[in-house]
Amino acid sequence: MGGFWHTHRTSLFAVAAAIVVLMMTLIVVPERQQAVITRGGEPVAVINRFKPNVPFGETGAGIWYRVPGVDSVTYIDKRVMDVDMEPQTVLSTDQLRLNVDAYARYRIIDPVKMVQTARNQETVESQLSSILSSVVRQELGRRSFASLLTAERGTTMANIRNLLDAQARKYGAQVIDVRIKRADLPDGTPLDSAFRRMQSARQQEAATLRAQGQKNGQIIRAEAEAQAAKIYAEAYGKDPQFYDFYRAMQSYDTTFAPDSKTSSTIILSPDNEYLKQFRGKP
Amino acid sequence: MDIKDGIGRLVGLAMAGKSPWGDKGTGGDKPEGTPVPDKGTAPPDGAPSGAPEDKPKAKGPRNPWLPPADEPRRSASIEDIFKNRGPEGPRRIGGGGPSFRLPERPGGKSWFPVAIAAIVAVGLSVSMVHQIGTTEQGIVTTFGKYTKTLDPGFRITLPWPIQQVDVEEVSEFRSEQIPEGSAQKLMLTGDQNLVDLSYNVRWSIKDLKQFRFQLADPEGTLRDVAEAAMRASVAQKRLNDVLSGSGRADIEQSVMQRMQAILDSYRSGIKVQGVQIRKTDPPKEVEEAFKDVSAAQQDADAEVNRAEAYAQQILARAQGDAASFDKIYAQYKLAPEVTKRRLYYETMERVLRQNDKTVIEAPGVQSYLPLPELKRGAPTTAAPAGGQ
Repeated sequence: MGGFWHTHRTSLFAVAAAIVVLMMTLIVVPERQQAVITRGGEPVAVINRFKPNVPFGETGAGIWYRVPGVDSVTYIDKRVMDVDMEPQTVLSTDQLRLNVDAYARYRIIDPVKMVQTARNQETVESQLSSILSSVVRQELGRRSFASLLTAERGTTMANIRNLLDAQARKYGAQVIDVRIKRADLPDGTPLDSAFRRMQSARQQEAATLRAQGQKNGQIIRAEAEAQAAKIYAEAYGKDPQFYDFYRAMQSYDTTFAPDSKTSSTIILSPDNEYLKQFRGKP
Repeated sequence: MDIKDGIGRLVGLAMAGKSPWGDKGTGGDKPEGTPVPDKGTAPPDGAPSGAPEDKPKAKGPRNPWLPPADEPRRSASIEDIFKNRGPEGPRRIGGGGPSFRLPERPGGKSWFPVAIAAIVAVGLSVSMVHQIGTTEQGIVTTFGKYTKTLDPGFRITLPWPIQQVDVEEVSEFRSEQIPEGSAQKLMLTGDQNLVDLSYNVRWSIKDLKQFRFQLADPEGTLRDVAEAAMRASVAQKRLNDVLSGSGRADIEQSVMQRMQAILDSYRSGIKVQGVQIRKTDPPKEVEEAFKDVSAAQQDADAEVNRAEAYAQQILARAQGDAASFDKIYAQYKLAPEVTKRRLYYETMERVLRQNDKTVIEAPGVQSYLPLPELKRGAPTTAAPAGGQ
């Protein structure tokens, strides 16, 4: 072994040196990153640059080289990234306030431009974030509150996306999508008044339901009474005079019943029909 | 070097029996004799280590003293014990080899290269053979470049620095609950009402390489997209539709489609398997009013029930009255005058029997009503019948 060391010492050193040089020369660009190689500040090459519709494996990712000590490599994310905006209060045209939280998705399509204008991704992201807030405020402020909530959102979002994209291109970025994540009523008066409105709407509904119930009840009662009247009329209509008599008898029975609240004193004239026989007259 | 020394020692031990000091040595003497054979064997071997050469030097001065000393045995044997181990000591330091001694291979060579080779082989097999589970897939990258996707089973790739494998659960459904926890989450509906809504999204990976390489934060993106889609769908519905069952099914469907469309436009490699709305409640601030609505519905139903009961009563009564009238009337028709009289007298009988009566006989006589008397008998009313 020692002999081996003695005889091959030089070649071993050569191999080690070669490995070190290789490691300094070769760079690995992973699939999810793109690399800008700058030589003395001047961009000389972009590795694994984003191109639409190129399948993975053919994008240029993998092993590449640089001149050690001269070239410097900047790695830039190639994936779709997120710009999150601070929630904004937007004033709609009808003077209603809405808390809006939006997000944008972007990717770096021109890494050289990005390196030149923004240096690193944090800068791009913070720039885009502030642009996004102002564009969102501006665009949504032109809409009425109701249209913010409903279908018109689609065109609004496209406008915002286009505006943001135009700005992002200056940083070598492409905005893929902008969406409103949340649109809420701000806490305090707007939220409370919304609750009050909901409450009164429900109270109205409850009152309507109760009134409908009353109405239906009345109708049912009236119909029943009409039906009863019809039955009575059919029966009694056969002989109104007998009905008069018959009903009078029933009425006397009820009126002078012993369980009525007050007892009655009846003063009879001798001419009374009932006393006809009492007087002995024929 | 180790091997040679080892052999030297073996030879030394073997020759101990023929030691010139054999007469003295019985049991413990054997090692004492070793230095001499060592001395003899070492030069031919040409061992570079200085240890065997040292031994005779150390022994040299002592040996001549042996004859005069009567009891050198004890001290000699102790030293020998050390000496016996001694050779290893210097070697450890000087040789710088492993602290343990590997057993030798047949043929006198060390296991060391074999062990190194075995370790390398194990390392290689670990980084070359990959077991991909039934629900998994693996992404192979060669120096960072996407090469292929591994399907379930044992798969072989190039070893570590060249190819790397990233195994990920693919076909298993994952679930994302929004919002996390049980806090109230209010959403605006199309009629500008608020609803407290929570839901969960089930998803799986449909294209692992897109999932891995396309988005910086796939899970975060999924949550954001779900939020945006859910709010957009809810904003197109009225509150009552959101609260009702069929409206919820519509929302689930449209959220799923929206999410899939957005995620596909990002080429996220995510497949949305389903969206379930777990609850849609009115905000707790207005819950009482919502409960009052259902109470009102109950009240209305109760009112209708009462009216129906009344209707049944009144109809039954009418039918009963009519029927009884019909019966009487049928009899009356047979003998009108008699029946009428009979009914009259019977009724008068009943009425007059149970009430106070006064008959004023003489006509033209001014009569005074005995009011105190009347009051006593009937505190409130006096009903004149037939007139005075």
